[in-house]
Amino acid sequence: MDPERVNSRVWTVRRRSRAGAVAGLVVRRVVLAVPVLLLVSLAVFLLAAASPFDPIHQYYGVRIFDASAADVASVREQLDLDRPVLARFWDWLSGILSGDLGMSRSMRAPVADVLARRLPWTLLLACCGLALAVVFSLVIGTVAAWRQGGWTDRLITAVGHALEGIPPFVVALLAIALFSLGLGWLPVAGLTDAGSSLGPAQVIEHLVLPAAVLGISQSPWLVLHVRQSLLTAFTEDHVTGARARGVRERVVVARHALPTALLPFVTLIGARIPELVTGAVLVEEVFSWPGVASAVVTAARAADYPLLAILTLLATAAVLLGSLLADVAAVLLDPRVSADG
Amino acid sequence: MLNRRTLISSSLAAFAVAGTACAAPERSGGDPRTMLLADGYEPSSLNPLLGYARAGAAKFYDGLLAFDGNGRLHPALAAEQPTPTDGARTWTVRLRRDVRFHDGGSFGARDVVATYRAAVDPAYAATISSGLSMLADVEAVDEHTVRFRLNIPYAAWPARMVMGILPESALAEAVPQGESPINTQPVGTGPYRLAEWRRGERMVWRAHENYWGGTPRISEITVVFATDDNTRAQRVQAGEFDGTVLPPLLAERVGNGSYRTVHHDTADYRAITLPADQPVTGDPAVRMALNLAANRSEMVDSLLGGHGEPAYTPIPESMGRFHEPEAKLEFDQRRARRILDEAGWRPGSDGIRTKDGTRASFTVMYFADDTLRKKFAQAFASDAGKVGVRVELAGVDRSEAAERIGTDAIVLGGGSPLDPDLQMYSGLHSSMIGTGTYRNPAKYRNERVDSALDAGRSTVEPAERARHYKAAQRAYVADPGLVYLAFIQHSYVVRTGVWEGYEPVVEPHTHGTTWGPWWNVEKWTPKE
Repeated sequence: MDPERVNSRVWTVRRRSRAGAVAGLVVRRVVLAVPVLLLVSLAVFLLAAASPFDPIHQYYGVRIFDASAADVASVREQLDLDRPVLARFWDWLSGILSGDLGMSRSMRAPVADVLARRLPWTLLLACCGLALAVVFSLVIGTVAAWRQGGWTDRLITAVGHALEGIPPFVVALLAIALFSLGLGWLPVAGLTDAGSSLGPAQVIEHLVLPAAVLGISQSPWLVLHVRQSLLTAFTEDHVTGARARGVRERVVVARHALPTALLPFVTLIGARIPELVTGAVLVEEVFSWPGVASAVVTAARAADYPLLAILTLLATAAVLLGSLLADVAAVLLDPRVSADG
Repeated sequence: MLNRRTLISSSLAAFAVAGTACAAPERSGGDPRTMLLADGYEPSSLNPLLGYARAGAAKFYDGLLAFDGNGRLHPALAAEQPTPTDGARTWTVRLRRDVRFHDGGSFGARDVVATYRAAVDPAYAATISSGLSMLADVEAVDEHTVRFRLNIPYAAWPARMVMGILPESALAEAVPQGESPINTQPVGTGPYRLAEWRRGERMVWRAHENYWGGTPRISEITVVFATDDNTRAQRVQAGEFDGTVLPPLLAERVGNGSYRTVHHDTADYRAITLPADQPVTGDPAVRMALNLAANRSEMVDSLLGGHGEPAYTPIPESMGRFHEPEAKLEFDQRRARRILDEAGWRPGSDGIRTKDGTRASFTVMYFADDTLRKKFAQAFASDAGKVGVRVELAGVDRSEAAERIGTDAIVLGGGSPLDPDLQMYSGLHSSMIGTGTYRNPAKYRNERVDSALDAGRSTVEPAERARHYKAAQRAYVADPGLVYLAFIQHSYVVRTGVWEGYEPVVEPHTHGTTWGPWWNVEKWTPKE
């Protein structure tokens, strides 16, 4: 038999079995996600019920100051605020299963509307931030590793370690001080200038700063990680071999070292999703970005169960999805990795 | 979360100072038929049944009556002043016939009936129902006349008629109003329609072409929400807005060049409650001494930059004929000490007085998110200390305040200039004790005050009515149960030279862009 053909058949078989393993991985994770999501949402309900915030104050607002106790009690009854938390959870769950996300009391609008209006902005911000973080850290991390020990490397490492300890909202405030108030290049906050209508140019102008802040505040770990794994890769046999063969340094880094270094990087991105979610909350608050993350605060203070639960579920789902995608990517990219099971 | 907020805003304040140097305010929009305002507060609902613009100036809505800016109510959706009969138990109101809702529907008695019935029907869970507790029934006499029947004689009823009227169709279903589409898509008869509302960001009002008072000349008003005072001030300085609401000192600082600062008198008081059934705060000598010890003019100067008035009773001078100028508690700490000495409160070694083993010490709560109330509490504590009464301070949230309000003192704030009954009755009448968390929370009880307030409720004739409220104020200052500290002015910056039509107004507690200089913006015209 033609050796070429044998080879290709073996390869196909192996690919098919890997695809099967990935499918198995996805199915297992999805099945596992169901109880996780259930438990998380139950925990949200229990925590909200235990919190000191009384939703009646939120419903009344300043009107509470001249409300009579009898009227407050009757409204409480109408709104069913004294319903036990487990019954509430059950109502909410059965609503979700039938496609009804419920009413958000703090936003005074259906939860589905709130999500439809706010989620796209959060996704836009988070995706841009993440993309920026990935590109930025790949470039900077590679430069640092390449020039290991040089002043660029030392500078990058020092700044990276320093940034690791700075919370995103401080980065955000510094960025506003510098680029908006100091230099006047970019708008301070919001989605558009006051008075302007919603258009791509306006949104992009307002997106630059928050996305950059989110990206930068996420990148120190990634930069340091890329640098470290590249340094490890440089010492591996195939890189040494390539260098010995006289392959040009740029090719060695880009073609030989980087691919090996990238594998753990992909997993790391998946693991960074929780940080990205928290970062988004803080960045949205500072920049008055009208996304879902800033609604979390409002919902929590009002003990607004339906909105709070759905937002927490979304965050949990994002984390689970992030780690799943990272694992799938690792399985597909590296034949040595076995799908868990 | 609060701490982070505070940190953010104080840091922004620091940056704001840096940015205020370069300012050449030019109006960016250009077209004087549009206006761009900034507000520090975004309403959570635009439904009058949930308290939106309850004191009038509702923009999207009209009441049967409207405030004239200076203590009187004039007909709005009513065709003429309502006529009370049966000793102010029955009020008959003839309605205008030329009124249309934003959706084109015509306005009539059915809408008024539906709105008021929904306001008091528990099924609608309206948050304003308590203010209408005297309403027994409302009926349509004919298509353009309604009749309110009250279960008590109530001369202050016109002040309840500024509430915005909703179309009957919006109230067809008896559900808690938290779920009503009106919260976000208001339909009223008012001078402006809601054109767009991007939550957390801005709201656009567009002139209602069929407005019965004539189409407003300023055809589009955009209100941008920016919670941080310093950010707003800075954006005004950059020429971005045509006006905004600001704390007095900040307003003074940016209100120059093409802007000017206006300060409006209000009925918005700040007061310290003194729970009547507690050993220290319930002692009449302590109550009087604290009232004399509080240096109100100093508080107005230092906390409000002079933009306020000392308060002794809930009725401010700006309420004109209802104000009793003699009802005063002049600052006199020496007299305060003497009163305490005579009552047997002897100074101890630490300067704090005691009587029969009880230390003259109590706690004043304030809402932790309200800086101004905190400052008033601190100033009060310092003055009380000077006469030997120790005041501890506690920053609390709404739930904690509600739990402790029966035993601890609290800084209260509020007020409406529409009628003295609104200012005094629920705060001071003994029948209000125990009927609601913030109704007479200090359990104040004084027969002379009670009977004067009751007489004020049942007297329609204006001069005689005013006499009752003046008597109530005199009776109160002879036996004070709270320490009213000040009426705060509300301050705004407005762009000059583009429009005319500004008229000063005496404001309720509510302020922002619906009140302020823009309370009558529908009557403003571009300057030629």
